[in-house]
This record gives sequence, C-alpha cells and structure tokens, in this order.
Amino acid sequence: MGMTITEKILAAHCGQDKVSPGDLIMAKIDIALGNDITAPIAIKEFKSIGAAKVFDKERVVLVPDHFTPNKDIQSAEQVCTLRNFSREQDITNYFEIGRMGVEHALLPEQGLVVPGDVIIGADSHTCTYGALGAFSTGVGSTDLGAAMATGETWFKVPESIKFIFTGKLNKWVTGKDLILYTIGKIGVDGALYKAMEFCGETIDNLSIEARMTMANMAIEAGGKNGIFKADDITLEYVNARAKRPYKVYESDPDAHYAQVYEFDCKDIEPQVAFPHLPSNCRSISDVGNVTIDQSVIGSCTNGRISDLREAAEVIKGRKVAKGVRLIVIPATQEIYKQAMKEGLLDIFIDAEAAVSTPTCGPCLGGHMGILAAGERAIATTNRNFVGRMGSPKSEVYLSNPAIAAASAVLGRIGSPDEL
Amino acid sequence: MKFKGTAWKYGDDIDTDAIIPARYLNTSDPKELAKHCMEDADVNFVRKVNKGDIIVAGKNFGCGSSREHAPIAIKEAEISCVIADSFARIFYRNAFNTALPILESSEAAKEISDADELEIDTEQGIIENLTTGKTYSVRPIPKFMGELIAVGGLVNYVREKIKGQKGK
Ligand code: SF4
Repeated sequence: MGMTITEKILAAHCGQDKVSPGDLIMAKIDIALGNDITAPIAIKEFKSIGAAKVFDKERVVLVPDHFTPNKDIQSAEQVCTLRNFSREQDITNYFEIGRMGVEHALLPEQGLVVPGDVIIGADSHTCTYGALGAFSTGVGSTDLGAAMATGETWFKVPESIKFIFTGKLNKWVTGKDLILYTIGKIGVDGALYKAMEFCGETIDNLSIEARMTMANMAIEAGGKNGIFKADDITLEYVNARAKRPYKVYESDPDAHYAQVYEFDCKDIEPQVAFPHLPSNCRSISDVGNVTIDQSVIGSCTNGRISDLREAAEVIKGRKVAKGVRLIVIPATQEIYKQAMKEGLLDIFIDAEAAVSTPTCGPCLGGHMGILAAGERAIATTNRNFVGRMGSPKSEVYLSNPAIAAASAVLGRIGSPDEL
Repeated sequence: MKFKGTAWKYGDDIDTDAIIPARYLNTSDPKELAKHCMEDADVNFVRKVNKGDIIVAGKNFGCGSSREHAPIAIKEAEISCVIADSFARIFYRNAFNTALPILESSEAAKEISDADELEIDTEQGIIENLTTGKTYSVRPIPKFMGELIAVGGLVNYVREKIKGQKGK
C-alpha cells in the first residue's frame, strides 16, 4: 500500500522507508518555534535539561507576537526572557518589534518554512505551514524545550482524512469559508489526532494564502496537521523566499485514508461561526439580524495581504457604521508596508477604522480591542470560545474578511451584496 | 512496566479543566495540583484512590488546553496508568513527556467497570481484568516511550542523552 504525504514526510525525517498510522517515531525537525507565552517555559525546561547550546541557531525561531508591543510589565518580562536567550544563543531568527509579525504569517513570508519540512511550534496554530506541503503541528512547552536542545521530537504517525473540494467558488467565498464549512460538517473533534489532507480541483486553483487560512484551522477540528501538496502555486511562492533547499512530497494514489469527504463548492456560501464553537456555522443568508459592536480583520488566519485587499474592496468609499469599531491589523511588517503602498490603509482610515501595528492582540483577548460584557464582535480570527476576545460575557462570530468588512459598515453581520 | 490496581471509570471528553481546574493553576507545584486531581469530574477522586490505581475513560480524554499540569496532577496523585478509548493529542504527548503511562483500547475502555481490579503489562500490551477474568491485548508502549517513562519524562531523558554524548 502507498503512503500519504504526511506519512512520507515523517518517514523521511526518522530515516525509515515506511511508517504507518499509529507508529511512534523519533523525527528530526527542521524548525522549532516559540512565542512570548510559550517560549519562557520552554527556555526554563531547556536550561533544566542542562543543554548548553540550541541544536541549530538558524532553526530555532522565536517570535514575541501575542502581548506585543509589550502591553504590561509581565509581558515585557516574558519578552525579555526571549530576547536574552536569543542573545545568549545567538539565535538568528528572533523577531524584535519592528521586524516582527504574527508568527504563522511571518515564518512562510520569511522563507523559514519550506515544503517537506517537519516543524513543531509551541502554539496550536503551527499547523498553518501544511499549506506549503510541510508537516507542522503544535506541541507543549516541554516538547519545545527538549527539541531546542536535540533537534528532534517524537510523534505518533497520524491517520489521514482526505477532503476533496470540487466546483467553482461562489461569490465572496474564500479559503476561510471552506474550512469553516468543513469544521461545521465534521465537528470540533471530527479530525481528532488525524492529518487533514485537502485536495480537489477547487484546491488546485486556490491561492497559497487561502490554503494557509485553511491549514491554520485544522486544529479547530481536532486535527494534528492540515496539509496540501506543493504545486506550481506553492513553488512560485516558496521559490521567491526559501532560505533552504526543499523536497516536494505527494500522496500515492493507493494511500490509505481513514475517511474521505467530498464537498461540492456550489453548496458553500460565505460562512459565519456563531458563539462559542468554530463548528457552529451558518451560511450568511441564514444569519438573521445580529448587530455588532466591533469588527476585527487580522490574525494568523486572515491578516495577510489578500485578506486586506478583500476587505478594502468592500469598504472602499464607505464608512464604518455609527457605534461600531473596525480594527484592522496587518499580520506582518511586510504586509503592513504592502498595504500602505497599495493605498489600502488609506481606504481603512478614510472609512474610520483603526489600523494597528502587527500583533495577535484581540485574537486571544490580549489587548488592542478587548470586548466588554454584552458586546459582540465579528472577527476574521479562528476561535470564538467563551471569553476569547475579552469578557466571558462577550461574543465572537467568525467570518472571512469581506463579511467582516461589510458587517462593520452595516452595523450587523451581513454580506457585501447588501451594501 | 507492570501495574496492579483498581479501575476508576469515567466517560467521554474528560477535559483538562476537569482534570485540573484552571483556578488551581496559580501554582505548578505537583503536590498542590494532585490535591485537586479530577476534582471537576469527581469530587471524591483524591479521597478514594489508592497508590497504583488506574483511570479508565472514554473518548477524547484530556481534550481542551495544552496545559501540562493535567498529566502531572494525575501522576502525582499516584495513578499508575490511564486507559482510554482515545486521548486528545496534546494530552497524549504531555503524558509521555511527563512520564505518565497511558494505553488506548476501545474494548477495555468500554467493558471495564468501576472498581474492577486490573493488572497491566505496558511492554507486552496486556490488560487483564482480574474481576471478570477477561484479557485485552493492546498496542504495547514502544521501547522508546517506555524509556521516556522509566527515566521520569522527556526532560530527564534528554538530559541523560546529552550527558552521554558529552561523555563520548
Ligand atoms: S493571531 Fe491568534 S490564533 Fe494566531 S497565533 Fe496569534 S493568538 Fe494565536
């Protein structure tokens, strides 16, 4: 029997010809990632191990992005731990404010992750890099601490589920809608422990940024990783950035899948996930009258340049509704600059939106747009758990950038077609 | 590794908040955490278990946050092993990394009853229910994972490994 792309990448990283789902393996890792919340604990474990040097100073990536620019003294201390460690270890890829971006938007953009990689990050949305044909997954801080010392980590080889998308995308439908629709269909544990492999003619034509949005939310279905094969679209993106040589893997035609789902895109409208689970999805036409206090466009899910373009297209020449706050957060400095060049920031500011420097900020209820009790937000982020953006009595609805922009103008959740 | 103890049975989706509620996370002292082990799933848990007892649970054990405090609390409560239909993946990792032996078996998870006496051999992959006389064979804990548990978790394992390399 053949192997899936996930199995092939894992086999190559543990020096075996073949691995099967359920096997426990020790795999070499290409990148180990930490942020300002998880890396301080990982650094403590690293020191407790007695390790003197990180396994490779180019391959440990540290990004203070959650509570940065430092929102208070405690978060400043956390970042200090990262900064001092990076200095001490001469870490190449420590991203200080000013170079920084939201980690999962930043690493692909900087060419730090490439097809065929095995990547771990002490952050659950590390699964984003599957969009480039890499195996990447979130781990605990101890895992990260040990991996920084040894350059390897252990995995249980996951079974794979295949998701085949066919047909043309309806108007305003993006990668975000495809993944929300998928999670809505299979539930928040629908892919528990499994690799989610996305393919089909729709995917073949999907932009790399839309694929990143989809892989990003694999964890929201319980998945271990989300993965796409690297094709011409991927390689065009990767070749312009890659800092290392890479290898492209593809699933064998006779590979085994635990399940196969087929979705016809003609059935998929823009999706809105209602509180308090990403699986709680409705089509935009079934949303009804849901008024909002805030709209957030940003995050590692939808803070990339194509997301800002989509939102700007909708909002151009319009104004944010009275009583509504629109917060736009480009995910990286490069995206910020590009948006400026294209005049997108003018469009947002003319519409009376607040535009922020890159940060996770409100996505995890950190800062830069926290909700009060009873407030409601629509956001292009990935989680709408209780209290995710602030008060446990607030509500978060998830959508794509065009819907979030249109909703900011309408003052209620709605489609650009209603403007 | 071989264990013998009483089974304490729980249902599906026992999350990390049930295993160690967030209100106790202002400390990472294992002894303090153990005092509240499984508190929101079973208030009497800590009082009724004895050293070496075994948790048996349904699907998705340990779902929710990635907190490593969960397996630490269970281990420090002197539970020898957790058997479940399935484990949430970050809990699964954290369990081995913090040296808590765990075994997956749908059949055993379903059929074992509360208070059954169990005998487990993690290397052979055998769960014997001494109360009913039924034996289950499960995927054994592989050698590497066994070593991880034997030395007390990932940090110790890697520390030894690095020492060994320096010695060479
Ligand atoms: S943007 Fe949100 S989901 Fe992404 S890394 Fe930051 S906090 Fe996590």
